[in-house]
Amino acid sequence: MANGRQVVGEQDRSTAIVPIRIPSADDEEDARLTDVDEWGRSERTRTVARAIYEPVYSKWFRTEWDGLEKIPTHGGALLVANHAGAIPSDAPVIMHGIEKELERPVYGLADYFFRTIPVVGTLWARSGGVPARPANAYRLLKEQHQLALVFPEGTKGPSKSFTDRYQLRRFGRGGFVEIAMRSGVPVIPIAVVGSEEAMPVLFRLPSLARVLGVPYVPITANLLAFGPLGVVAPFPAKFKLRVLDPVSFDVPPDQERYSKSRIMDESERVRSLLQEAVYDMLRDRRSVWFG
Amino acid sequence: MVQALEDDPSMGVILGMGTTVPSVPFERAEFVRADQTYSILNRIVKATQVDTILHTHLITNSTTVPGRAMHEINVIGTLNLLAAAGAAGSSVRHIVIKSSTLVYGSAASDPNTFDEDTVRSSPARNSVERSLIEAEGLVRDFAEDNPGTRVTVLRFANVLGAHLSTPISRNLSRPLCPALFGFDPLLQFVEETDVVRALLHVTRGSVPGLYNVAGDGRLPWSEVAAICGKRLLPLSPYTVFKVRPLARVFDLPDELLDLLRYGRGVDTRRFAATGFSYDSTSAGAVRTFIRALRLRKQSGRKPLSYTYEHDVEQFFRHSPSVVRASQDS
Repeated sequence: MANGRQVVGEQDRSTAIVPIRIPSADDEEDARLTDVDEWGRSERTRTVARAIYEPVYSKWFRTEWDGLEKIPTHGGALLVANHAGAIPSDAPVIMHGIEKELERPVYGLADYFFRTIPVVGTLWARSGGVPARPANAYRLLKEQHQLALVFPEGTKGPSKSFTDRYQLRRFGRGGFVEIAMRSGVPVIPIAVVGSEEAMPVLFRLPSLARVLGVPYVPITANLLAFGPLGVVAPFPAKFKLRVLDPVSFDVPPDQERYSKSRIMDESERVRSLLQEAVYDMLRDRRSVWFG
Repeated sequence: MVQALEDDPSMGVILGMGTTVPSVPFERAEFVRADQTYSILNRIVKATQVDTILHTHLITNSTTVPGRAMHEINVIGTLNLLAAAGAAGSSVRHIVIKSSTLVYGSAASDPNTFDEDTVRSSPARNSVERSLIEAEGLVRDFAEDNPGTRVTVLRFANVLGAHLSTPISRNLSRPLCPALFGFDPLLQFVEETDVVRALLHVTRGSVPGLYNVAGDGRLPWSEVAAICGKRLLPLSPYTVFKVRPLARVFDLPDELLDLLRYGRGVDTRRFAATGFSYDSTSAGAVRTFIRALRLRKQSGRKPLSYTYEHDVEQFFRHSPSVVRASQDS
């Protein structure tokens, strides 16, 4: 060393301050006690939830799928469905059905409002709920090749009253199309029939919603029929789901911006595909309760 | 940190600077005692012609100092440090800043994972986050104005380790860990030796840039407590914000309350791409911490009385400066 100062030679200290690599029996996997993943989802919780929900799915709603084979068994895809019923049953039905039949997880994207509710938020996350943020969807679809379920109508779907049933609302600002483009995954529309009758909204209390700070407060037919139990108890409407052909966008992924008009066009196209499919299914439906 | 630097023969002269005297002996580093805002740093830089400044004195633990002092230390301290480094004829070529993932905050509308370019979803409401954001802003401006100086900012996740005391570690030391009822957020930790290794990694390799540093994996707060063999004490999520004395009893500063509600996850791939590999994952850091704590309790030794962001910090990761042989007169 060219500097004039004395440099002390080799030192043999092993305080914990000095980062010496400790050959660790500390291998990390066994330090974990649960299987909660980075999304807060726990496969064990999901298994329990599925066991509980199975009777509801197959006995109460008697769910029937059409075209389930159109959902890929691997690789990312964005599932898009119509959304209805005050406390919508379509999300758990779709997630349960795909996980049961295809044995691959589905992450349900929803308003981050859920996170702010104690207990509910935690259970929601453990059973596969993810706050609907573009960054989250991109990470799920593009980087982790997962299935993500999104309802582009948002709260406009479930909050609409029964007189507007099966009239699909506006599909947000087309964010779902943009995220599918950026992630380079197809959009798979799923038309759901039965969710409207499972929990019909008679009217809403907007002022109470404002006071409570929630998106909407519905008064449902279930509340009138079952009393307070009606908050969680849906009517046994027959659930039918139809998976439509995947919609792919012929654009390169990972672009900074996509044409806004193209996004709105594609969004509207998916919306009308779903609307048509829903009408088609309603034409063939003889009974709300028996399908 | 200084001891680790001393072990590297390629480091010429090491200069430590802090507000209290270091509590371990330095072999060859020199130490200067300074005031909190580093007002004398300018003269030191001139006199010693240092080429690297490691700034590890940003306060990330708001329980150690009151809000105004934190502003002095974090913002004014950084301002003086950068002023000294950016003065005409300055010899400083590399600045390493130890920051915290607190700059991302913790809110319901957060994305699941923050990468280095993600902007936080809501404005900072507490003084530690505000002062860190402001300090990082100063660093960003400095980097733009001084393209010749390499600037490294490391944002560390919550640090756990045998030697340091933070609100989280103190809560985990209790038989009952406070939690917010109904919330079980995902947290990420970094082990204290990984903190030192990360700082060494960027100092030796002169790696510029902005990086998140956190152990792999995320785990729910309930699991953190379970690894530590503790029970959770659920506090009401609605009143705890208002009842400040309660928050003080439980060592729950505002930023920790936010964290215990919504958690935080960061993307660490960018730092890994610079060639750094961690010794511990998040879960491993928790286990290392609790094993060290158990040893300390059962071996009857007096618990280490210094706190991380103060005394340990002062010597351990605190502004040593390195003068290379060629530049030293």
